[in-house]
Amino acid sequence: MEVFLGIDVGSVSTKMTAIDRQKRVVTSTYMMTMGQPVKMIREGLRRIRAELPEGVRVSGVGTTGSGRQLAGVLVGADSVKNEITAHAVAALELVPAVQTILEIGGQDSKIILLNDGVVVDFAMNTVCAAGTGSFLDRQAARLNIPIESFGALALESRNPVRIAGRCAVFAESDMIHKQQMGHETKDIVRGLCQALVRNFLNNVAKGKDIRPPVLFQGGVASNVGMKRAFEEALGFEVTIPEQHRVMGAVGAALLAMEAALKTKTTNFRGFGVADLDFSTRTFECHDCANNCEIVEISMEKTLVARWGSRCGKWDYVEPREDRAAGGD
Amino acid sequence: MKVTFPHMGNLYIPVRAILQELGLEVVVPPLPSKNSLNFGVKHSPEFACFPLKVNLGDFIEAHHRGADTVIMAGGIGPCRFGYYAEVQREILRDLGYELEMVVLEPPRGHLGELLEKIRRLTGKRSLRQVWAALQLGWEKFLAVDEVERLSHRVRPREGRRGSTTAAYRQALALIDQAGDIQETRSALARGEEILNNIPRKSGVSPVRIGLVGEIFMLLEPFANLHLEEALGELGAEVERSLYLSDWIKTHLFLDALRWKKKKESRVAEAAAPYLRHFVGGDGLDSVGNTVLYAQQGFDGVIQLMPFTCMPEIVAQSILPRVSQEKNIPVLTLILDEQSGEAGIRTRLEAFVDLLERRRTALAQEE
Repeated sequence: MEVFLGIDVGSVSTKMTAIDRQKRVVTSTYMMTMGQPVKMIREGLRRIRAELPEGVRVSGVGTTGSGRQLAGVLVGADSVKNEITAHAVAALELVPAVQTILEIGGQDSKIILLNDGVVVDFAMNTVCAAGTGSFLDRQAARLNIPIESFGALALESRNPVRIAGRCAVFAESDMIHKQQMGHETKDIVRGLCQALVRNFLNNVAKGKDIRPPVLFQGGVASNVGMKRAFEEALGFEVTIPEQHRVMGAVGAALLAMEAALKTKTTNFRGFGVADLDFSTRTFECHDCANNCEIVEISMEKTLVARWGSRCGKWDYVEPREDRAAGGD
Repeated sequence: MKVTFPHMGNLYIPVRAILQELGLEVVVPPLPSKNSLNFGVKHSPEFACFPLKVNLGDFIEAHHRGADTVIMAGGIGPCRFGYYAEVQREILRDLGYELEMVVLEPPRGHLGELLEKIRRLTGKRSLRQVWAALQLGWEKFLAVDEVERLSHRVRPREGRRGSTTAAYRQALALIDQAGDIQETRSALARGEEILNNIPRKSGVSPVRIGLVGEIFMLLEPFANLHLEEALGELGAEVERSLYLSDWIKTHLFLDALRWKKKKESRVAEAAAPYLRHFVGGDGLDSVGNTVLYAQQGFDGVIQLMPFTCMPEIVAQSILPRVSQEKNIPVLTLILDEQSGEAGIRTRLEAFVDLLERRRTALAQEE
C-alpha cells in the first residue's frame, strides 16, 4: 500500500492526514500547535506511523498552513502550498460542483469562490480576528461552557440576543453587558453565533456572490450553532464535510500526490525525522537597511534551510546528498 | 539651505539631480526602513494614513542629518493627502524641529504662487539654469521608469532568485551617479544591458498581473512590502498603472497648465460605466485601470491601498462588480504599519496560484 501525507500547520492546531492512491483518507490526526510547531510535527508523524498498517510506503508529502515552510523542510515536502489552494483542492475532490467554501480556523477566516472547479476569487480576514476559533474558545471559557457543547446550546435558544460582532473587543463587552442585563446564556450564545456570521459576511465576504453548494470547513465548522447561523443568513443549506477539521491537510496530501506523480519521486525524509534533532536559529542581517530577520533550520547540527532575506542571498544552502528516494 | 524631500520609490534619483543642478545642498533621507517608520508612527496621529507616517519618518531622519528645508507636494480634492504637508509642519514644529516646509501644489488658476515657491528654492539662478536642471531631472525620471519596467518583465523569468533585483539596483545606481543627460542615457543603456543579460529560465509564460491603487503604496516598495519583487519571484509578470514620470506629468505641473494626457481620459472613459466622477486621490484610476487591464487580457489585478484610504475604499466597493462583469480576478490588499508580511505572502501566493490554475482551465476549454 502506498500513501501520501498532508501536513497542515496552523496557528492554533496542527493537522496531519494520510490518503491512499484512491484519494481516500486512511488516517488523520488533529493536535494543538501550542506554539511548538516542530514538536507537533514530530508528534504527528509518530501518531500517523503508528496508525498506518505495516509495510506502507509514503510516496509523497505536502505541507500547508502558516507553518508550511518550516514543516516542508522538516519532512522534505514535495509540495509546499498556501492554505487557500489546499482547502479548495480538498473541497473540489469531495464536492466537484462546490461554488463556495467558508473556512474558519483558529486565527483566520476565509471565503473561496469557485466556478467550474477553478478558484475564481478568495478573501481572508485582514484587520480583525473576531469570529475565528480562538475568539469562540475564549468566550466559551468565559461563559464556562465546554467548547464542544457551545453549538448545541445555541440551538436551544428561541430568543437570540443581538450582539455587536464588528470587533472581538466590542463583542466581548457587549456580551458581558447582555449577561448583566439578565439574558439567558443560551440566548447570548446563539446571538454570538449570529453576530460572528454577520461579521464574516459583512467583512470577509463583502461584495462576494455566495452561491450553493456551500462547504463550511475548518475547526469552527464543528460548531452546529455557527452552521445554523450561516444557513439562516444565507437562506440555503451549508454542508460540513466529515473531514472538515483536516481539510487543509487532505488538500496538502492531494497536492503532494499531484507533485510526486509528476516527478515520480519524493523528497520525504522518512518517518525517522520524528526522532531527529531539529534546531532553529534567527539573526538579523545588517548588510543593508532592510535588516532582514534570517531563520536557519538545522537537522542534527547540519544546516538544511535558511529563509527570510529579501535579497535572497541567505537562501542558498548546499544541497544534501543523503535524501532518501521514497520513505519507509 | 539644506534641502530634503520625502521618498517615494525612485523619486530620490531625479529629484536629487535637479536640486544639485540648482546648486542646492541636498540631504536625501535614508531609504524608508523600520527605523524611520518608528519615528513616523510615534509622532503621527494613529488614524492618519500610512504614507503620512512614512514621510514624517523621512523628514525626521533628514533633520538628524542636518536638513533645514523640506520640499513636499500638496494636493487638492477629497483626499487627505492635500493636507499632509500642513499636518507634518505642525507635528515637526511641536517636536521643536527647525524645518521650513515648501509645499508645491498645483495652483488653481494662476501659476504665480507655484513659481514664487520655486523661486524661493532657486534663488538667483537664471531661468536657463533652472531649465537645464529640470531637463536632467526629466531624463532621469524616464530612465528609472524604463529600468523598472524592464525589471518587471525579467524577474518572473530569472534563472536564479534575486538576480533581477540585484541587477536592477545596479542599474539604478548607475543612473543615480550620471552627471549629465548624456551620461544618463549611457547609464540607462548599460542598465538595460545588465538586466537583459540575466540568465533566464526557458519556456516559462508568466501570468500577467496589473497593479492599481493609491500612488504612494504603488510606488514605494517599503510601503507595499516589496510586492513587485514578491510577485515576480512567484513567477508573475507585473505591470503598474502608474510610474513616476506619469505622476509628474499629470499631478505636479501639467494639471496646472490644463494639459490632460490622452491616457488620463482613456482611464476615465473606461471607468465611466462604474464611476463617473473624481473621488479624490487615485480612486477613479483604480477602477478605470482595472477595466483596461481586463480588456488587455491580463490574468488578474491587485489593488493596493493604505488602511483608511477614502478614495480607494470607494474603488474597492466598486471593483467586485468590475471583476464579475469583466471576468478578471481582483485582490485588494490593505496595508499599514501593522501589516504582517506572512499574511500578505499567503494571499499573493494563493492569488498567483488561482491565476495559473484558472488560466490552465480556460485554455482547456478552448
